[in-house]
Amino acid sequence: MRLSGPWRKVLRSPRGGSAALGLAIVVFCAVFAPWIAPYAYDIQNLPGANRAPSIAHWLGTDEFGRDLLSRIIHGARTSLTVGVASISASVLGGMALGAAAGYFGGAFDRAVTAIVDLTWSFPEILIALILIAIIGPGLQSTMIAISIGYLAQFTRLTRAQIMALKGETYVEATINLGAGSFHVMFRHLLPNALPPVIVAGMLATGDAIILEATLGFFGLGAQPPTPSWGAMMSSGTAQIFIAPWTIIFPGVAIAATVIAINLFGDAVIDALDIRGRLRES
Amino acid sequence: MFSFAIRRLLLLIPVFLVVSMIIFMIIHLVPGDPIDNIVQIGSSPEQIAQLSAKYGLDRPLLTQYAIWFRRLLAGDLGDAIILRQPVTSLIAQNLPHSLALGGLALIFSTMVGIGAGALAAIFRESALDRAVMTLILAGSTVPSFWLGLLMILIFAVQLGWFPVSGARSWQALVLPVMTVGLGGVALVARVTRVAMIDIARKDFVLMLHAKGLSRARIQLAHVLRHALVPVVTILSLRIGWILGGAVTIEFVFARPGLGSLLITSLNQRDYPVVQGCLLMLAIAVMLGTLLGDLVQAAMDPRVRDSVA
Repeated sequence: MRLSGPWRKVLRSPRGGSAALGLAIVVFCAVFAPWIAPYAYDIQNLPGANRAPSIAHWLGTDEFGRDLLSRIIHGARTSLTVGVASISASVLGGMALGAAAGYFGGAFDRAVTAIVDLTWSFPEILIALILIAIIGPGLQSTMIAISIGYLAQFTRLTRAQIMALKGETYVEATINLGAGSFHVMFRHLLPNALPPVIVAGMLATGDAIILEATLGFFGLGAQPPTPSWGAMMSSGTAQIFIAPWTIIFPGVAIAATVIAINLFGDAVIDALDIRGRLRES
Repeated sequence: MFSFAIRRLLLLIPVFLVVSMIIFMIIHLVPGDPIDNIVQIGSSPEQIAQLSAKYGLDRPLLTQYAIWFRRLLAGDLGDAIILRQPVTSLIAQNLPHSLALGGLALIFSTMVGIGAGALAAIFRESALDRAVMTLILAGSTVPSFWLGLLMILIFAVQLGWFPVSGARSWQALVLPVMTVGLGGVALVARVTRVAMIDIARKDFVLMLHAKGLSRARIQLAHVLRHALVPVVTILSLRIGWILGGAVTIEFVFARPGLGSLLITSLNQRDYPVVQGCLLMLAIAVMLGTLLGDLVQAAMDPRVRDSVA
């Protein structure tokens, strides 16, 4: 398979290449978790609780004697699912709102902008906590909370892109030739607005994984025994004196995943040369 | 400047109304009868009827909001269900701890961030620059609660320099402030570095070199000074994030504070406390953003004229 220009540039750069490799490992763990994890994630073995890393348990065991490595591998599933699903929903919703607001303008644009500006100054964690107060804790609520928390960002970005593209000569020419709104929007504006929004979405996925872990750490995300990196650290805090590995390794998994996502996103930004377009006006 | 401050303050009123309305709606949106969400466990039918009347729970929603809002302005946020005391007194006990942590973390981020960013810009492409860049990458990607746990593990459990948790002494503030601050340090350092490198290329800096000014004087008295404008802009935009970080970190270090109170209450479904904490945090974010805007306006006259 031959890769086209920008993708080749990303994978050929040392940063982009190593980030892609790291991401591939995480995705592989998430997809094939039941087959590659040495143990089941929920099998308890109380006599073997809080064991240090060994040949049998490479990363040690937790307070119920469950294999930490297996739980981290399964946890990749939870983190990636939540990160990708919630940010995808956020990107789709934000693009629809932002494109409509930017294209049609008027009262609708003012209403959307007002709501976006209102949520903009609030940190995502606070928005997520307000939403979880309403819909209750759990994995599904976490996804809804994260996707609404990031909605403003993508609405703003898409709106700015559409506004900028609308003024381009070729778009004006298309409209003057008699093209309808639908044609202009889906053939010309959205495809051109897409790259910066997708890259911003990629970078936000890393933040969403941290937010999911934070909510899990608070006990408001995935409920036991579902393995979640944040919840694993939360139960590890009680064992901080006797089993520090229960805190260290899940954190390494989160940090490595997020660093890989950020470096990969950065490499894509450079390859597509869209750094300037990511700044929202 | 004064009229700008007044205008910005007036702009906050509609925002506050909308935010308070959303927070008021929480007890109506959660499943179950709203009265069940505000009565203490084991209340008698008379007490329930009394509370129902107090909050007008049989009246239209807008009237209920008006009643709630009037009580709010009078400083009455209801009573905690689990902790069995007025929400206002719970907030009064916890707020100073959060303010200390958030305020110190903000100062720490600004000072260390500007210092690290300036050093990286002045000694560009050196080992020092690379060290600062690594710190920036770490600060923006490592989850703050994990960083907090690692700090506890290294400096409290292994080395025993600081207490593991609590808020009994000033030493107990060191690790939380550093943890909350590091994310801010990364942000401020990055912006300072980029802005200084950018400004160092300007013609007026070349002119200063031609005049024969020392390199240190040019960098510190001229380049850094100009670079502070974008730094203040980004800080004013992100003040809420630093406060949000404090919410998380209080819980990690088992410190008293609004964040810990909020998360505990969320887990116990103690809705009057949840509402009170969210309201206070929202006000803190709004005032923080206002403060950032005012500092920015004081530094840059163009900002003052831009907001109608």
